[in-house]
Order: sequence, then C-alpha cells, then structure tokens
Amino acid sequence: MNRARVHDKTAALGAALAAERDAAHYRLRLFVTGTTPRSARAIQNIRAICEDCLQGRYDLEVIDIYQHPEHVKAEQIVVTPTLVKQSPLPVRKLIGDLSDTERVLVGLDIAPRHLSAMPPKNEHAA
Amino acid sequence: MRSPKPKAVKTEIPPASLPKCPTGIHGLDEITLGGLPRGRPTLVCGSAGCGKTLLGMEFLVRGAMEFGEPGVCLSFEETAEELAGNVASLGFDLASLVARKKLVIDHIYLDRSLIEETGEYDLEALFVRLGHAVDSIGAKRVLLDSVEALFAGLDNESVLRSELRRLFRWLKDRNLTAVVTGERGQTTLSRHGLEEYISDCVILLDHQVTETVLTRRLRVVKYRGSTHGMNEYPFLIESDGISVLPVTSMYLNHVASNERVSTGIPALDTMFGGKGYFRGNSILVSGTAGTGKTSLTAHFVNAACARGEKCVFFSFEESADQLVRNMMSIGIDLARWIKKGLLHFHAVRPTTFGLEMHLVKIHKIIDEVKPSIVVVDPVTGLLHAGTESETRSILLRLIDFLKEKQITAVMTTLTSGAIAQEQTEIDISSLVDAWLLLRDIESGGERNRGLYILKARGIAHSNQIREFLLTDHGVELREVYLGEAGMLTGSGRVTQEAKDASAAMLARQEIERKQLLLQRKRMVLDAQIAALQLDLVTEEQESQQLIAQEKLKIVKWERDRGEMAKSRFGDKGPQEYANGSFKAPRQSGSGA
Repeated sequence: MNRARVHDKTAALGAALAAERDAAHYRLRLFVTGTTPRSARAIQNIRAICEDCLQGRYDLEVIDIYQHPEHVKAEQIVVTPTLVKQSPLPVRKLIGDLSDTERVLVGLDIAPRHLSAMPPKNEHAA
Repeated sequence: MRSPKPKAVKTEIPPASLPKCPTGIHGLDEITLGGLPRGRPTLVCGSAGCGKTLLGMEFLVRGAMEFGEPGVCLSFEETAEELAGNVASLGFDLASLVARKKLVIDHIYLDRSLIEETGEYDLEALFVRLGHAVDSIGAKRVLLDSVEALFAGLDNESVLRSELRRLFRWLKDRNLTAVVTGERGQTTLSRHGLEEYISDCVILLDHQVTETVLTRRLRVVKYRGSTHGMNEYPFLIESDGISVLPVTSMYLNHVASNERVSTGIPALDTMFGGKGYFRGNSILVSGTAGTGKTSLTAHFVNAACARGEKCVFFSFEESADQLVRNMMSIGIDLARWIKKGLLHFHAVRPTTFGLEMHLVKIHKIIDEVKPSIVVVDPVTGLLHAGTESETRSILLRLIDFLKEKQITAVMTTLTSGAIAQEQTEIDISSLVDAWLLLRDIESGGERNRGLYILKARGIAHSNQIREFLLTDHGVELREVYLGEAGMLTGSGRVTQEAKDASAAMLARQEIERKQLLLQRKRMVLDAQIAALQLDLVTEEQESQQLIAQEKLKIVKWERDRGEMAKSRFGDKGPQEYANGSFKAPRQSGSGA
C-alpha cells in the first residue's frame, strides 16, 4: 500500500520534471580549439542534436579558446572540446567531440539519466 | 716571472654541466649542486602528507621573491584560497605576490559527477590555460600539483598519457622550469608512472616513523646530466619553509683559531695551561649522574656572555626556568643574559622528534642566532631519539658544523657506572678536542667530586686531579690532598688539613720552646763564665800577693841568715855564706 503510494508520487514528480524539461530553454556553450577536425566534428554534432531535440529553444555559443583564453579559467575548462550546459540547471559539462549521441542526450537531460532505475511501466500501471 | 700565489683551500663545486635553477630551499640547492634543471620538469613524488605541495610552492615563492622569476601554479587539488592559507603559516603572502603579478594560481577543477564523456578529446584547454597564465606574468617557473588528479577526473587513460607527454614536452619547449608533484604508487615512484615522462630529475619525499618518532626524508632519485647527493636527507617543515639537511662536510678544512678563551673558572683556566681553551674547540664534559656537568657548562656560558658573546643552550633535560633557578643556587645569574638577548635557551624533550630533526633545528637556530658558544646538555639525551650509530653520526655532523663556523661546542655526556669512565656512551671522545672528566671519589663514607682534563688538543694541560666543589659562588677547584694516607677529598681532606695544621703548630711551639731553653742555657753559661773569670782574677791577685809575700819572706830570711852567720862564724867562712853557695849544696863542686 505504502509502496504503491510512493510509486505514485515518484511518477508524478517524474512527469512534472519531464514537462519542465520539455519546456526549458537551453543555453549551451561549446569550447573548441580553432578549426581542428575534432572541433569541427563537435560543432557539427551539437548542431545536429540541437536541431533534432531542442528546436527553437536553445542558444548555442561556440567559443574558440585560442581567441578567448580568459573564458577557459572562468568556466573551468580543462579538456577540449567541452560543451557547457549553463541552463537549465544543473550546470553540466560534456567533454569530447559529442559523437556519442545517446550520452549527449543524457548529459543534456533530454533523455532520462537512468532508464533502468526508473520503476517499470507495467508495475506503475498496476 | 709570476710568483705562484698560494691558493686558499676551499671546496669547489664542480662547474654545472647544465644550467640550474636555484630553488632557494635550505639545503636542497646544496644537494642538487645548484638547483633543479633549468627549463625542464622535475618530478617530486611522495606519499600523502610528506610535503610535496609545500616544496613546490616554496620553489615558486622563492623564485618570485628571491630570484625574480615569476611562477604559475596549476593546482588540481586545492583552490587558490586554500593554498594561500596553507602556506601563510610559512610566512608566504601569496595574495600579495598575485597582486604584484609575480604569481598566478589557477585552480583546475574536474568534478566527475558533472562531466559526461561524449567522444574524443584532448587537453588543449589545459595548455591554453597554462600558456595564458605563463604569458600574463612572464613566468619562468611552473608548479603542477598534482597532475595525477586528472586521472581521477577523466576516464580515457591513453589520451591522458599522451597528453601529459605532450605537456612536459611543451614545458621544455617553452624553457619553463617545472615542478610536477605525484602521489607515490605501490611499486612505482608515482601512482600513474609519471616518472616515465619526467626523466630529468626525480625527487622522492618520504616520512618514516621509527619508534614513534617521525622523520621526513628527501632523496634525489635521479638527476640526469648532473651529480647530486645520493643519500636520504632529513628535512623539516618549519615556520619559514623547508629545511633540508645536507651532508656532513666531506673535507676537514675548517680553520683553527689561536685565540684562547676563559672557561669562567680561573682554576680551570690554569689547568688549561693558564689561558683557557681554544675558541672553536669542541669540549666534552663527561661524568656520572650528579657530578656537576651542567653547573660546569653554566660557567662556560656565563663567561662567554660576560664577554658579550652570544650563546645557545640546548637543554634536553631541564627547562630554561629550572636551569636558571638551579644555576642561581650556585651564584650564576643566567637570567640577565637571557634578558640581554645573549643567551638563547632551547629546551626540548629528545623524543619530540627524530634525530635529524634535532640536528636541523639546531642548525637553524645556530644560523639565526649566530652564537660563539653552543651547549648541548646532554648529548646522550639524543640517544632517546635514535639508535647509537645514528646518534654518533648526528653528533659528528653537529661537531663538524660547529667547527666549520668556529663555534665552541660544550657538550655534556652522562656516563653510567657500568662502563669505564674513560669511555663515552656514544664513543664521541675521539671527535672532541678537549675532554673534562668529572668523577665521584668515594672515601671516608662520603662522595666527593673530582675533575681532571683527560685531553686537550694543542694545550699543555694539567695532569692533576682537582677536587670540584659547588659553592654558592660557583664552582671551585681545590687541590686534592695527597698524603701518606693516599688521596683525600671532602671532609677527609678537611680533617687531614686540620690535623696537618695542628701538627705544624705543635712543631712550631716545640721549636720556640727549644729556642727559649737554649737561650736560658746560654745565659746561665754566660753567668758562669763571668763568675769563673771573676774567680780567676781574684785567684790571680791572691797568688800574686802570696808570691810577693814569699819573695819578701825569702829576702828577709836570707838577710837574717847572713846576719846570723856573721854572728856565729860557722864551718864555712863568712865569705861562702856571703856569696850564697851554701843555699845550693849540690852546686858546691862547681864552686870548688
């Protein structure tokens, strides 16, 4: 009985979060190093993902750290390329050339983080 | 013709085969013969809490402050504020250095929980950050502390490895002298094998606990292209940074002073050939418990302070207060010298830290105070902090150090009754220049103190045992009583001296009496002589009188006879009677 109620509440929270996630505006910053192939690949990947999943509700800023080294310290950038999701909170950093789309989606909270950890649908329905 | 000039004997450091970058850390530059390899990275590794970060920070701060070389610190573990707080206790003001553009501290923070790896990457951003920081102040030195934190933050080890290799290459290309710290691994010097990439210079820090006493040690594991000290050197983290204790000086080339200084005890000076000991001598005072070793050293101290010289007293048994009070009881006021700043006490339990720490501390204090006399009371106390052989080597180093600096060393050592008096517990007798032996002399149911000079290099010293007295006005030395009954000390000596005195008095009185007697005899004899002479004169006079009377008698008698003959006309004619032949009948023939 108790357990069922907990599940109900969890489900409600999950639904609310999902609704907010869908509505949220994304502010993204991508730090790259000039025009290296890896940089180009990263830019290409994030643009594709944004167009697919965040159409109309994202700002993407691409920063070349060679041009703007001062940002590197302020944003705690260590590796390149790094994508910083500034909003919605929490701030999260995605490193690498963003070629692993699934992980990018998880990292941007577009896809749920731990699918397996969520209560199974059928139990929820019961 | 040039006349060959005599060259001063001096230890010369061989010319550096590669340019070096002085760290400014006490002792480290001596061990590395000049510093870290300039323009190359140096790996400093060690287990947690052994002082890696501190060494690196001191390298940067001293570089900025003393050598005009600004530095950049990339800290992967601590924030700039934390770092500043940590080293503030060492007197380093990081904030001011940062403000003056001598130092840049960049905290690099990788929170794994906030990072998602989504593909290939490199550490170019780190390079940009470092390059930006270096360029902003024209840095010459770099500290990476500790770059291994990257391994915890990032998954792709192969990328990290190749990037680190590139980083060290990059540092070299930019001619930056770098200190890279690394946590010590199980079997490797650093957990992630950084020594694989940094092969120019590797310094290993370590701390060991032996018998509950912690000693930090430093060893230069390798130094490509340069000779360096090979041993493990103890080091100390102190209020003004790291002090590494370099080796014992390898050569015996200290100058020997000809100046003689007083011990503070006139009688002892006399024993030292009348002029005291040589300045810079190392003097050992040995003796069993309670023979007055400390009191004797207090005299040395007092005399030095009275001459206006500085003195450091290392006490391993008594606190400064206790010592001052106790010395007061024998009339030595040490408190005034402390007030004047001439006498520095350093009282610490021997077990507080390891032997090397003691030595480092002693070095530091001596460097600060620059005394002309140092007392270690007792050196045997150090035995509690280490083994016998360690203690001996430490003392050797201490004595060497003091000699080099022309500082007189007065050390006391406690001899137990179990071993011979002429043997110190730690066999340092051969190291010292002068050795005063205090010993108990037991006789007549009491214990007294005796002192003699066992050796004094270069001084014609007394070979006599003196009785050593502690009076309320200091130490006094008395000649021991050597008489028929052997050597006497203490009340035995006093009794014997009294006995001697009374015997002498008796003898004197006897002589006086004899003289008086003689005088009287002479007077008597003189009187007798006078009386006899008087008798003689009287006798003579009487005799003369008698003779005269007799003569008169004869004359009268003859006259009477002649008249009688005349009147009688006897057988002989009156003629015969008249010429006297009758008076001598035997001559009658001649008259015929």
